[in-house]
Amino acid sequence: MLTLLLLATGSLLALAVAAPVLARHEAGGRAVFGGCAAASLLIAMGAIGGLLGSPEAADLPFGPPWGPARVAIDALSAWFLLILGLAGTAASIFALGSLHGPEAPRRLVPYPLFLAGMAVTLLAADGFTLLLGFEAMSLASWVLVAHDHEEEANRRAARIYLGFAGFGGLSLILAFGMLAGGAGDVAFAALREAPPDGWRAALVLALVLAGAGSKAGLAPLHVWLPLAHPAAPSHVSALMSGAMTKVALYVLARFAFDLMGTAQPLWLGAPLVALGAASAVIGALRANLEDDIKTLLACSTIENVGLISIGLGLALAFRGADLPALAALAAGAALLHALNHAVFKTLLFLAAGEVLHGALSRRIDRLGGLIHRMPVTAWAALAGVAAAASLPPLSGFASEWLLLQALLASWRVGDLAFQMGAAAATALAALAAALAAAAMVRFWGLVFLGRPRTPRAAGAEEGGRLVQAALILPAGLTVLFGLLPGLMLDLAEPALRLMTRAAAPRAGFVAIGAAEGGARYWPLLVALLLAAAIGAVVWAVRRRAPTGVARGPIWDCGFIAAPHHLPFGDPSTQPTASGFGQPLRRMLGTSLLVAREGVTMPPPGATGPAILHSGFDDPALVALEGPVPRWRDAAAAQAERLRDLSIRQCLGLTFGAVVLMLALLAWLEAR
Amino acid sequence: MAIVWSILSQALHIVLIVAAAPVLTGVLRWLKARMMGRRGAHPLQPLRDLLKLLRKTPVLAENASPVSRAAPYLAAGAAVAAAALVPSFARGMAFAPLSDLIVVAGLLALGRVAMALAGMDVGTPFGGLGAAREMSFAALAEPALVVAALSLAILAGTTNLDAIAGAFREGGLGLRVSLGLALVALLAVAIAENARIPVDNPATHLELTMVHEAMILEASGRHLALWDFAAMLRLTLWLALLSAVFLPLGQAPAGAGPHLWILGLVAWVAKMGALALALAAFESAIAKMRVFRVPEFLGAALLLGLLGAVLLFVSTGLT
Repeated sequence: MLTLLLLATGSLLALAVAAPVLARHEAGGRAVFGGCAAASLLIAMGAIGGLLGSPEAADLPFGPPWGPARVAIDALSAWFLLILGLAGTAASIFALGSLHGPEAPRRLVPYPLFLAGMAVTLLAADGFTLLLGFEAMSLASWVLVAHDHEEEANRRAARIYLGFAGFGGLSLILAFGMLAGGAGDVAFAALREAPPDGWRAALVLALVLAGAGSKAGLAPLHVWLPLAHPAAPSHVSALMSGAMTKVALYVLARFAFDLMGTAQPLWLGAPLVALGAASAVIGALRANLEDDIKTLLACSTIENVGLISIGLGLALAFRGADLPALAALAAGAALLHALNHAVFKTLLFLAAGEVLHGALSRRIDRLGGLIHRMPVTAWAALAGVAAAASLPPLSGFASEWLLLQALLASWRVGDLAFQMGAAAATALAALAAALAAAAMVRFWGLVFLGRPRTPRAAGAEEGGRLVQAALILPAGLTVLFGLLPGLMLDLAEPALRLMTRAAAPRAGFVAIGAAEGGARYWPLLVALLLAAAIGAVVWAVRRRAPTGVARGPIWDCGFIAAPHHLPFGDPSTQPTASGFGQPLRRMLGTSLLVAREGVTMPPPGATGPAILHSGFDDPALVALEGPVPRWRDAAAAQAERLRDLSIRQCLGLTFGAVVLMLALLAWLEAR
Repeated sequence: MAIVWSILSQALHIVLIVAAAPVLTGVLRWLKARMMGRRGAHPLQPLRDLLKLLRKTPVLAENASPVSRAAPYLAAGAAVAAAALVPSFARGMAFAPLSDLIVVAGLLALGRVAMALAGMDVGTPFGGLGAAREMSFAALAEPALVVAALSLAILAGTTNLDAIAGAFREGGLGLRVSLGLALVALLAVAIAENARIPVDNPATHLELTMVHEAMILEASGRHLALWDFAAMLRLTLWLALLSAVFLPLGQAPAGAGPHLWILGLVAWVAKMGALALALAAFESAIAKMRVFRVPEFLGAALLLGLLGAVLLFVSTGLT
């Protein structure tokens, strides 16, 4: 299986190299994206093979000067490779379907490189290879975020993204350094031999949380995500939200569950639970306030990453408290939700891309009524929306049910402080799930239902066959994973064993269970019951009611009839994006997001309109954009002074640096 | 034999709860009218209304999508499915293993989302306003529900409603402060979920106050009948849930034959009647609160639920 996966990764790299040449030809884009789709499919199949087979490892014939690059596949990496493969296949097919004419090399080259970088990160078995893949993933996605650099907003997004990527990479290098210690061997096998303890373990976890957590979008380092994900082309946004955040979570899980050893204390899980709960609530609340559909979806990604992180943190804590069955339950919830979120978020971003393509806008206030013009996109998106709103029997509900069961069992950890924290996290996770449902209703209802708000939305058109296939594939998977979570959990079993040394409570193919003899969820039976109930209702109504409906003009709540040049009524009589978010902005936004509302009245006697304005600031972005530029300017001013140094002072600096290095070397040798 | 009894009791339960829904609403309205000094309509009036509405052809707006036509069936079906899972007169019904509290909450959320989307379908300001408020209230009610479930899960060891009812009926848990707090939290959630006073007024069409009615303003004919029926069923479900968990008195145990069902049925009717009386008295005594006071109401419920859980942690830590 490892050979197959390496082959797929190698062909992705070859595509990236060949892309500049291919871009000159008419069919070059098709070759690149088609190749990416095939390679992603191979990765998915290889990942399933890896989950069913035994772990493999290999040394590549090339690598850094001090040794070969090591690659390996075990159940944990195979699970995330499956996620990458599925998201990559759908996104590549979408890109293939939405090609029109030749594609610029700067959009063509980074795409296979991005996929290959993620695959290398997941396949790596030493710190160097992992960082190489991680940085390739960051850089390639940065190029794609900056592809439309004529717009100032995109340049800003790319700039902030690059800053965060650099910060994250640096933190991970330091984390590997802390873990390797003086020996300096960064092969995973060597790192496992010497697990850190005490303050070193805490420091490594903090560095990994800064490095991988910022990439995954954990609060408070999430601010780049709602800026960068929407700026990229839609198939790349889908990959960034669906796959890249998961790769970052894989790095987090690899460190916390594998490289740092299994004998870690209970408290190691607490920061993950706390940050996860904060991200979940902030993300879900922001998703209710944003009026750009891709930004909204990116905020929902923050929420889901938060939920996955809660699951990982609980698993760590349970493992530390010697409750292996519960640890497997929480880890299973995290892994299952990672897979489900990857699939439905890929679907939603691709649907948003199709909306952008069909109706030429990402702003909710310029869309509306698209279900009539783009039915396939609308219904496929509804599957993703229902899963994101965690409605049974779709996939999101199954994994959030498991997560809630893990949270509800967290009191079994006998520590009162942890119990109280976990109870608060339970409330926050439930709040986030319900807020996500509100955000998804707002997204789907305002974009696809109602009346068109602009002529362009009224004239929107459905995409081609391939684009529809790229939407239907993840929609089908969302339904399938929702109905068969037991099967997916069985598939994840080796990964859970690797993470927690225990198996998740088994409840057969069709059910998932909290514990032996505990609560069970049978999605297939619930779906059958629901279908039977709906069937009975339809039958009962048919017996008594006449068939058919009468159609009449819309009742516009007493507004005067719209003029003739507005055939779909006055758009301003419809709910707007910010109007729909108003209750939550007032209830929660004022305290959590510094939301504000105000009215500017014209002076008495003037005939100007009164203007209502509302908005919010993410406190994390405010904190970032306040001091950081100041520090940067101060550092630049200090550095400027170096230019005025005399030749003597310059030589003195160099000499001083050499002496300092030598002293450091002597000190290290002496230890 | 036990399998036959479980299937029979399940079938009887579904028929009972579907039939009880309009009657319970009628009784509630009649009780409220009497308390306010009016004569009140016949308790069977809601049933008559439903039958009348079913006979009428629905009128849809010109731009209504298939969502408007499908959503009422989905919401009513989800309500029936959820109601089938909540134990009433007997435990150990055929669907008992399915009757998880969180699954029931998920099915109710499914109906809620269907209603919100139906409200937004034709793009009138009212529907959108109602949908926005409904989803926001639900966002605040959900954590209170889950925190109350936390207390129940700690005491009963599971979130399965049938097992919780069994544990409270036979476990000899006695009276506990935490249970009282969880009850208060669940009552607040039930009031919010069913759009009752003081969160919403079920009897008004006044624009400024309404949430639930705003979403179904466009519905007519059989669609309106289905929306009304789903709302009645939800109310019945919540009262049945509260009585099953907190007043398990008289409930027939799992595997018991029909002779114990009769006692269970009588006890269930009495409990539902008592709850309806209490709800009518509460609604008559209190005024509807402003929309933006609702978060405080539900936030207090959440805090009480959390307090109940923390008390449990402390007490289980001591023993």
